Amino acid sequence: MAEQPILRAEHLGITFGGLRAVDDFNMTINKGELVGLIGPNGAGKTTVFNLLTGVYKPTDGEFWLDGEKMNGKKTYQVVRAGIARTFQNIRLFKQMTVEENVLVAFNESFSYHMGGAIFRTPRFWREEREMHRKAIDLLRIFKLEGLAQTQAANLPYGAQRKLEIARALATGMKLLLLDEPAAGMNPTETEDLLECINTIRDRFGIAILLIEHDMSLVMNVCQRIQVLDYGRTIASGLPEEIAHNPKVISAYLGSDEDGDDAGETADGGDATAATDGKEEHDA
Amino acid sequence: MKKSALSMKQSYIVCAVGIAVLFGLLMAICESGAANTYIKGILMTCCIAVIMTTSLNLTVGVLGQLTLGCCGFEMIGAYSAALLSKLIVAKGIAMDPTARFLLTIFVGAVIACIFGILVGIPALRLHGDYLAIITLGFGEIIRVVLQNIPAAGGVGLDKGQAGQALIGIDRIANLYVVFWITVVTVVLLFMFARSRYGRAVKAIRDDEIAASASGLNVTYLKVLVFAISAFFAGLAGGIYAQYMGSLTPAYAGWLQSTNYVIMVVFGGMGSLTGSILSAIVLTILPEALRAFSDYRMLAYSVVLVVFMIFRPQGIFGSWEFSLPKLINRIVYRNGRGGAAKAAIAAEGAGTAGTTAAAKSAEPAGKEA
Repeated sequence: MAEQPILRAEHLGITFGGLRAVDDFNMTINKGELVGLIGPNGAGKTTVFNLLTGVYKPTDGEFWLDGEKMNGKKTYQVVRAGIARTFQNIRLFKQMTVEENVLVAFNESFSYHMGGAIFRTPRFWREEREMHRKAIDLLRIFKLEGLAQTQAANLPYGAQRKLEIARALATGMKLLLLDEPAAGMNPTETEDLLECINTIRDRFGIAILLIEHDMSLVMNVCQRIQVLDYGRTIASGLPEEIAHNPKVISAYLGSDEDGDDAGETADGGDATAATDGKEEHDA
Repeated sequence: MKKSALSMKQSYIVCAVGIAVLFGLLMAICESGAANTYIKGILMTCCIAVIMTTSLNLTVGVLGQLTLGCCGFEMIGAYSAALLSKLIVAKGIAMDPTARFLLTIFVGAVIACIFGILVGIPALRLHGDYLAIITLGFGEIIRVVLQNIPAAGGVGLDKGQAGQALIGIDRIANLYVVFWITVVTVVLLFMFARSRYGRAVKAIRDDEIAASASGLNVTYLKVLVFAISAFFAGLAGGIYAQYMGSLTPAYAGWLQSTNYVIMVVFGGMGSLTGSILSAIVLTILPEALRAFSDYRMLAYSVVLVVFMIFRPQGIFGSWEFSLPKLINRIVYRNGRGGAAKAAIAAEGAGTAGTTAAAKSAEPAGKEA
């Protein structure tokens, strides 16, 4: 408890009309920690990301980044404060080059103003050169430096995912939110991604919150895991604890013999939870 | 930029020389007597169209927001400049005509810019068709208001008469001065587009959600671009007023605005040099087709339709013409011909690929 946690969320909740999408969400992430957020489809994982990045305003609860209260801030303010994210469905600036994608995220690190841009002052050139160098350095970590001048839309899928992470890193954040980074990747690409995540964590010393369906990836890299179902946290702890937690198993696979356990957490929606879980498992 | 054999400084010099040559050409045409008033008038209209189209392209092409109210801003600038000019004359303030011209168009532009911010803040919450309709409505509001302001020549609907022209504006627009204003406008827009601001604006065009997730203040940047567009539209209006000598409110309506949007699309969305070319071509084309008298507007439309079928991305697409790059290709071809050619081929393939990708992405985006 000596060091301040990077992220502290207390009793976060949001209601869309009559639907309670996320309820009583608590989480602490310390510096350099990698935490996994898992749960069946529609459990509210991405909604949590949207709350943490200011896309949605929480209807209850509060959250702090490095001791600074983040409630009610707009997305760009949250990003400037230090929470960056990637998206489930990749969102790159497709008509721009790979390097430009990163430079956009560097925007706040520039200090020249409109006048500097119009009159091409020495400061303009110095900063543009410096940012170019930094962008290439960053791309090198992801082995994308050779593709710097390629249009983002023409990148292969795995490289697009990596570029999105690189762009998020360029905002200079303290906490990185990765929304299903391995979705749609083949095993080689996933392996590659795993290596990337480990590298950036070692090199930048940042905290990462990861949403992922690929259980082998989650169990491999995450130090702690929190499980959501119907917007509620049903379990949290070490990966091996989670893997053997009956509530988690019932949320994912449905419950027959563990009916009592599931009944406690999933209230009346227990029957539907079971079917949903089964479908997902089959798919 | 890194690939060019000319240094950055040399590139700027080349561009400056190019502009100087263009000005020399303009002077030669005008001074030799080859150009009568008619030709000079067309050249003036070209300059106005270039300012309007390039500044509109910043909003429509670079920011990716369709607006149909640019002539509303143009007329705010035009009427402000005209009335100020008249006021200066009426008060008997001694002033050099060129100084008066520059002062009035600048004031007109600033007023248009203020309106741009006022309209932009609420309007830019919307996208696409909705924004187009709002700005279209704005243009119509300007038209109706102008028709009813006594000082602007309007008599007022309550008197049973509306929409009279504002006449008797001093025709002090000088072609050479206007040429240099056009040059400055285009240079300023280029500098803006090729800076961190331009990059940020393009990012908003490509993906607004990702742009804000990259730390960009999307609302601020949108209003900024809208205000810049309005400023230069107002500037063009001031020139127009003091070239024509009279103004009618009808010009603020949607018909003329659509014309400028056509020019932007025709030149290529996001390509400022494309806008320059298309503004000139589409200003001259209806004049050149005068020989066909009755059929000329028909021919004009056919040209547009055929062009859009065979080259939907516009003349230049998103490519920019660059004099230094051209010189690099011609002069330094020997040493690195193969590489240069490969680069050109790759560039072409890249553009084609993007267009195809953009096309296939569109229906997918709509479904989502």
